[in-house]
Amino acid sequence: MHRGKGMKFVGDSRVPSMEFRKPNVPKDYSEYPGKTEAFWPNFLLKEWMIGAVFLIGYLLLTVAHPSPLEGQADPTDTAYIPLPDWYFLFLYQLLKYEFASGPYNVVGAIIVPGLAFGALALAPFLDRGPERRPSKRPLPTGFMLLAVASIIFLTWESVANHDWEAAAAQGEITEEVEIDTADPGYEIYSGAACISCHGDNLEGAVGPTLIGTGLSPEEIADIAVNGIEKDGAQVMPPSWDGTDEDLQVLSEFISGLEAE
Amino acid sequence: MLNKLYDWVDERLDITPIWRDIADHEVPEHVNPAHHFSAFVYCFGGLTFFITVIQILSGMFLTMYYVPDIENAWQSVYYLQNEVAFGEIVRGMHHWGASLVVVMIFLHTLRVFFTGSYKKPRELNWVVGVMLFGVILGLSFTGYLLPWDMKALFATKVGIEIAASVPVIGESIKILLAGDSTILGAQTLTRFFAIHVFFLPAALLGLLAAHFIMIRRQGISGPL
Repeated sequence: MHRGKGMKFVGDSRVPSMEFRKPNVPKDYSEYPGKTEAFWPNFLLKEWMIGAVFLIGYLLLTVAHPSPLEGQADPTDTAYIPLPDWYFLFLYQLLKYEFASGPYNVVGAIIVPGLAFGALALAPFLDRGPERRPSKRPLPTGFMLLAVASIIFLTWESVANHDWEAAAAQGEITEEVEIDTADPGYEIYSGAACISCHGDNLEGAVGPTLIGTGLSPEEIADIAVNGIEKDGAQVMPPSWDGTDEDLQVLSEFISGLEAE
Repeated sequence: MLNKLYDWVDERLDITPIWRDIADHEVPEHVNPAHHFSAFVYCFGGLTFFITVIQILSGMFLTMYYVPDIENAWQSVYYLQNEVAFGEIVRGMHHWGASLVVVMIFLHTLRVFFTGSYKKPRELNWVVGVMLFGVILGLSFTGYLLPWDMKALFATKVGIEIAASVPVIGESIKILLAGDSTILGAQTLTRFFAIHVFFLPAALLGLLAAHFIMIRRQGISGPL
């Protein structure tokens, strides 16, 4: 290996001259005990296999469950029931218990989590014995198992007590579509019974929204005339009492409304 | 070619000790899943770092579209999710990565705890690790607000109320985070953005460097 002409560094350089350098030769692992091996590249390649399996699972999760997005934040909606991300649920649940909420809020919000996190941070100074096996240090092991069990229990309670359907409904993105109120279809819509249940902008009220139904004009006409019957109950009553020509125009108008 | 380049740099800077330290250190048998399958528990830390890297990369791509402003934040996320090529995948990876990194760092903490690896002489590394846990939770909390959708706003409201219930300094923490003592709005969003994208990642990288330097200096703890 040609090394130039023995470059010299002056002043406060800490780069040693060539003869004092560490040679770039991998260590000899035969001196090490057991089956010790080099990190690069032997072990890293094996570790990458675990990484690859993990990455595949991660990507499958990403593809199978698109990340959620609720409607745009509206601070005036006072009825919204908040929910943190799942890994904070146990803290959230703790605040619902009598002695951790209201006048005792500071217990649930600060003291209990603070003590737990502080004890975790100071674990090496609280557990100073030389023993490392979990069975040989029952107190730390016991406290940690208790903490993990509490976290699992509180998360479980929180999930079980939460109304997930209501939560999904309250956050839905509501479609906003410009309705052409001069359209003859809209005129018929507003003159008929439809508007009382489906709203001024067809956004839905008692009945569902009529925007982006994905139905053909014929299907819509049929629903308007006959209503909808589901599980033996009349979900939507037969509503249409106008002319067939108007019905045609109305159905085509509604069928043509697409969500953006 | 690569060797020549290496030698050229090495001649001037003497990088061999650094390279040997990063690459050519020993991996003992008891942490190697190739020899003992149960040793996969020793991979949790590495996987946490792996997801952290993915979070940083996907986050950098998200900021190419995201606008931290109450008028446009939600719109930009909606656009990113529905219009941008692979936007759904990049946002999905960042979203699920946030959950996975919490899971993995939790498992890594449990592994270190139950193998008693935090004991002398590794106390400092454990403390740095717990601080990293805190920073990761802070990143999760601040990132949750950024899409500016309903659940983000109201979950953050609850979180800030919890922070405000700290005795004495609670009100100051609240104002520091939210930018105002009563309103949770435009100021809050920009502050959370700054904390999520600049302050906490800076802390994260510093602590990670300390974590890794200490591991290399002390080596991994021996078998039980």
